[in-house]
Amino acid sequence: MDTLTNLLDGFGHALTPGNLLFAAIGVLLGTAIGVLPGIGPAMALALLLPVTYAFDPTGAFIMFAGIYFGGMFGGSTTSILLNTPGESAAVVAAIEGNPMARSGRGPQALAAAAIGHFVGGLVGTILLVILAPVVAALAVNIGAPDYFAVMVLAFIAVTSVLGSSRVRGFASLAIGLAIGLVGLDPLTGSQRLTFGIPQLADGIDVVIVAVGIFAVGEALWVAAHLRREAQQVIPVGQPWLGRADLARTWKPWLRGPLIGFPFGAIPAGGAEIPTFLSYVLERRLSKHPQEFGTGAIEGVAGPESASSSSAAGTLTAMLTIGLPTTATAAVMLAAFQQFGIQPGPLLFQRESQLVWTLVASMFIGLVLLLVLNLPLAPVWAKLLQIPRPYLYAGILFFASIGAYAVSGQPIDLVVLLVIGAIGFGMRRYGLPVLPAVLGVILGPDAELQLRRALQIADGDPLTLVSTPFAITVYVVMLAVLVVPTVRALRARRAPQPTDVDDSKEPLSR
Amino acid sequence: MTAPAQEQPTRSWWKEHSELGVSALLGAVGVLVLVNTVLETGGGTSSSDPLGPHAVPLLVGGLLVLLSVLLTIDVLRGGKGEAEAGDDIDLAHPADKRTVGLLAGVVLATAVLIPWIGWPIAGAGLFWGATYALGSRHIPRDPLIAAAVSLVTWIVFDALLGVDLPGGPLMSLFGGS
Repeated sequence: MDTLTNLLDGFGHALTPGNLLFAAIGVLLGTAIGVLPGIGPAMALALLLPVTYAFDPTGAFIMFAGIYFGGMFGGSTTSILLNTPGESAAVVAAIEGNPMARSGRGPQALAAAAIGHFVGGLVGTILLVILAPVVAALAVNIGAPDYFAVMVLAFIAVTSVLGSSRVRGFASLAIGLAIGLVGLDPLTGSQRLTFGIPQLADGIDVVIVAVGIFAVGEALWVAAHLRREAQQVIPVGQPWLGRADLARTWKPWLRGPLIGFPFGAIPAGGAEIPTFLSYVLERRLSKHPQEFGTGAIEGVAGPESASSSSAAGTLTAMLTIGLPTTATAAVMLAAFQQFGIQPGPLLFQRESQLVWTLVASMFIGLVLLLVLNLPLAPVWAKLLQIPRPYLYAGILFFASIGAYAVSGQPIDLVVLLVIGAIGFGMRRYGLPVLPAVLGVILGPDAELQLRRALQIADGDPLTLVSTPFAITVYVVMLAVLVVPTVRALRARRAPQPTDVDDSKEPLSR
Repeated sequence: MTAPAQEQPTRSWWKEHSELGVSALLGAVGVLVLVNTVLETGGGTSSSDPLGPHAVPLLVGGLLVLLSVLLTIDVLRGGKGEAEAGDDIDLAHPADKRTVGLLAGVVLATAVLIPWIGWPIAGAGLFWGATYALGSRHIPRDPLIAAAVSLVTWIVFDALLGVDLPGGPLMSLFGGS
């Protein structure tokens, strides 16, 4: 089997000291970031973008994958011990995990979560190994119209699924697209939105946008609303599981990936929906439904396994068709662009060694993470005691140094601050940040593919729907747009015909 | 809006609907994109580029204006963007404008100071200033941590990662760059 040889080859490259070091750094950083509230993997990757220039691409992506998975592992520790999730993917872990920790079953909750992440990540990565080459082979003939369709799907899906308000999602996307327009038009060289300022001719660097929105915007937003009193961290011993608990957890661990992986691969907001679905499923299937809400171990095991496997699903979609479905994947895509590598079906042919080394490193990283998190969870929990001023000052510090490192111009710090202010305003008024970042990263590419497609077809717009692949994508897009609208309309009509409140409905859904 | 008191209600109406500022901003950016594209973007369509450099900016500008209108309607009908919650965030008390302003000022000051005093010192100032703005007042500890973080980062970036950061006058004393 071709895949197997490639994978073994990948292990050969992943087990070199240099790449092992990158994997180790990645999982350490990732766990720390996951444990720390306020920093997510997307922000961490954004902060690291400026220095990845100094690495070789393989090492950089090994580290990034380690951070992504590590963030999932670490996030649940915070959820369980502090009752506030360290990561949005770990919200569900708090529901059952925190009551368990309160009633003295913290070690079991931490073990169920860590092993759940390991199993979920493992199954997810195996699915990636099996499915990625198939998808890549199917998609290998896709051309400019198809790429354009996939990118538009990414825009539409991310804006429609995330957040509660579509207008605000699309507003965020439009802001991102506008920022992406700044600079020289790549085909004609005409200046767009540069206002005669020479520094703007190169465009606004994606790194500065990502760091500004994810890091500076977040730091300013937290600073404005910083919690005044410290929260209580529940002290905990070393994680372990007894026989009775194992009997209750192994099935949820294996069921989690079935939900997590497919949801990770589609643009549906990453791990939040699958973890919640897994929670609901485990509650329904459990033999101890009365324990749910007061600390049922199945409610930790299933969702945590689902969340790590969704990360593998996200990576599958990103590597095979170049479709980023989460903020973290969007930043990874920006990193690929920096290295001049185009993720997508051709990646498996052109950068075969990079891909398979990365996949092999994911297996190694998962083992490292299990070793790091199972015995050491109490040590990681100590990170929660970092005084918040240092944490957020550190974020601002690294954001500034990163933005400055891009081109060595102090003016970039001003641009960073302006974009940070936009990020702040978006958080204040409920505009989701992911569509904006996606607009900046994918917008220029989408325009290029659109124009290339029309160029090949001599300006015939029908070329955009000339392939079965593109047509399928547009049908999916239509479904994504229409289904929620129909559902909203029906929900409005069905329950109360004399709805006084219905003036609010149409736009905010 | 038929309240008895004259000044208070109008003020709080605007405060309630401050999201209209977002619509205004969207609209303004949209118009800016449209005007700039029509008046200042050179080049045109050609056989090798049927769409030309104007089409997409016009689309984006139009989208911004349209969304500005839709958002205005939504806000006037009572729609509201949900402020983002988070681990360290307590939305119960109002936004602390002073802290945010101080942090912004610290970043701006850093931008101005880098060419004069280099990264190690400017960075230490940035870190200490930010911890101060965020309410930390440990006098020997805060500046010492700031200096250590800044110096170590500078060494890692400049020496290990090869990212060029100005060392400033202090570092040239040691014969560095």
